[in-house]
Amino acid sequence: MSNIVYNDIIHLTKESKLIELHPFEILDERKQSMDFINLAEEKEEIPRKEPVKMVLQGNEACAKGAIHAGCRFFAGYPITPSTEIIELLAKEMQQVGGAFIQMEDEIASACAIIGARWGGKKAMTATSGPGFTLMQEALGYGVVTETPIVIVNIQRGGPSTGQPTMSSQHDIYQARYGSHGDYQIIVLAPSSVQEMYDFTRKAFVLSERYRTPVILLGDEVVGHMREKIVIEDTQVDENPLKPLSAGSPTTDFFQGGNSLVEGQLHDEEGHRIGHLPQKSGEFLNKLDEKILRNIDEITHINTYFMEDAEVAIVAYGSVARPALNAIKMARGVKDDRISTKFKIVKDVITKGVPQTLQTDYSHLKVGLIKINTVWPFPEEALKRLTEKVDLILVPEMNVGKYCREIQRVVRKVKVVSMPKSGGELPSPRELLDRIISEVGVKPEVREDE
Amino acid sequence: MNSLYQSYIRTEALPSLFCPGCGNGIIQMAAIRAIDGLGVRENLACVSGIGCSSWIPCYLNLDVMHTIHGRALAFATGLKMAQPDKKVMVFTGDGDCLAIGGNHFLHACARNIDLTVVMVNNYIYGMTGGQKSPATPMDAVTKTSPYGATDYPIDGCQLALTMGATYVARWTTAHPVQLEKAIWEGLENKGFSYIEVLSQCPVQGGKNLYGEKEPAAILKKYREMAKEGEITLGRFAQNNQRKEYLERVEQCLATQGWEES
Repeated sequence: MSNIVYNDIIHLTKESKLIELHPFEILDERKQSMDFINLAEEKEEIPRKEPVKMVLQGNEACAKGAIHAGCRFFAGYPITPSTEIIELLAKEMQQVGGAFIQMEDEIASACAIIGARWGGKKAMTATSGPGFTLMQEALGYGVVTETPIVIVNIQRGGPSTGQPTMSSQHDIYQARYGSHGDYQIIVLAPSSVQEMYDFTRKAFVLSERYRTPVILLGDEVVGHMREKIVIEDTQVDENPLKPLSAGSPTTDFFQGGNSLVEGQLHDEEGHRIGHLPQKSGEFLNKLDEKILRNIDEITHINTYFMEDAEVAIVAYGSVARPALNAIKMARGVKDDRISTKFKIVKDVITKGVPQTLQTDYSHLKVGLIKINTVWPFPEEALKRLTEKVDLILVPEMNVGKYCREIQRVVRKVKVVSMPKSGGELPSPRELLDRIISEVGVKPEVREDE
Repeated sequence: MNSLYQSYIRTEALPSLFCPGCGNGIIQMAAIRAIDGLGVRENLACVSGIGCSSWIPCYLNLDVMHTIHGRALAFATGLKMAQPDKKVMVFTGDGDCLAIGGNHFLHACARNIDLTVVMVNNYIYGMTGGQKSPATPMDAVTKTSPYGATDYPIDGCQLALTMGATYVARWTTAHPVQLEKAIWEGLENKGFSYIEVLSQCPVQGGKNLYGEKEPAAILKKYREMAKEGEITLGRFAQNNQRKEYLERVEQCLATQGWEES
């Protein structure tokens, strides 16, 4: 509970003053997530450098984040729309003393990074839908051998070759359930270029902490957009958190540990126990508990305007962007990306503050719950956050998958799925119109009150 | 128990899951002798895939990665690149290497990355109960070729040579001394070394494949076949002309003004 970041980042003061906003670029929030990474920060006496600001593409930010996280091995195979990651790392990985290889396919890429991690190098690969499918067996191997690796999936539309150049959230289940067998996995869903950078770094921290593969589940929109990002610290993280293991060898190779890394269910020594029912069951439970017992530490959620919200939009990944704009529209927050500063000032002078803030949706008390760690599913946190709302809208760029998860745990509130297939983000107005069609024009005079 | 064997074996993991009469023990011992003779125990790790042969390193007191079917070479490539100064040995079988892992095999050979591969060829899928492999001879009756195998068998050594492996040899379990020497030479070779071992699987292969049921008789037959030229044994290539993959990477970086660190 204590580690969940409940941030109400955007505040409208009582006087309804105008606040300019950049979604997901709020520094306070960023600092908090960075503190999570640098627990050893207080001990350090190295003076902090000035934050570096730059404009990057999402995929480039991911590649930079990997290098800054201490990733020193990258194996990959080109695939749209993730190719910029392999391109940038082909150039920069060796410049920082790391190793880079373009493998013969995605299967080999996923296997090679596991091999490299046991060679003592933090390792990553990046791919998209079809490649991610090919990686699933190796991903399961990473889970059962408790190997910390990072796999980036820049989602495109499927099935099969599908929509190579369009965005989607089709892989939300594949990321969770793609490999055979029962297992838990950590999946992060970035919504901005800043988060592509931050979450890549965080993925390495989480993978080392929980000795598990971590998936960065981006999509074509966040992968290809360019935004300003702030990099505060390029120091390599030093894994301040103690690694947790369910019971596998953890000593890297060539350290004299004689580690036996075994894909069959195994004991602490690596010896197979797959033929022993009780021991196998216990091992699988421990593997699950390693993640589930620490779900509060893993969970990372941002909330916007949720204190008084009657309707909550639950979104993740790039869909959280139009969702936030929808909230701003309903709450009368003018964003200088929607209208120019000049126009806002002009409107305030000519029309007055209330009039300027008034929109068609101003009567809606809408809030946003942006889930950054989509898996493990933040069940308890979501229950708590939606206690006071009457309606939950779950927009997704797929047939409505994550919504089922929310419907499963939030029983007392109406949960409405808003799927959108085809590769386009829902617009803020589409989201708000859907809410109006669900609640009627005036939600405060409902029958049951 | 042989003291050398004992010093290399995870005795707590015994008994092994190999069938009586299996060739894996002979190969295991040849590998132990080569590793010990070269004195590289501390600087060597083993990677293997899936299948009977891939269990060979799992009983060795070394850093061992027992991976997924067909992908041992991909894992080994990552491990080698992470620790270029160390030696990485790969144990694989005819199905693991030539069927499911065929693509990785081609590319690892072509890269000439410094790995030493021991490919145990028993002509059959032993662990799953005796099905046809890519090396199964034509017309051989197996569980999945009940009317005789129709595919032309794949010759791993020829494939490795064609794709550019710089050390290629083939021996049988009836030639343990030569096998040990080949593994030794393979470990010394800076580049991709492929050592194929014709092994026996009396339990799942038996008379259908080898014409003999008894392990000793199969070994004897291997020796006779070698004499009569029915199987070609020996060292096919030791080629120092092709540069090793990581050396080429360093060279490329150096010519571009980047020093390897």
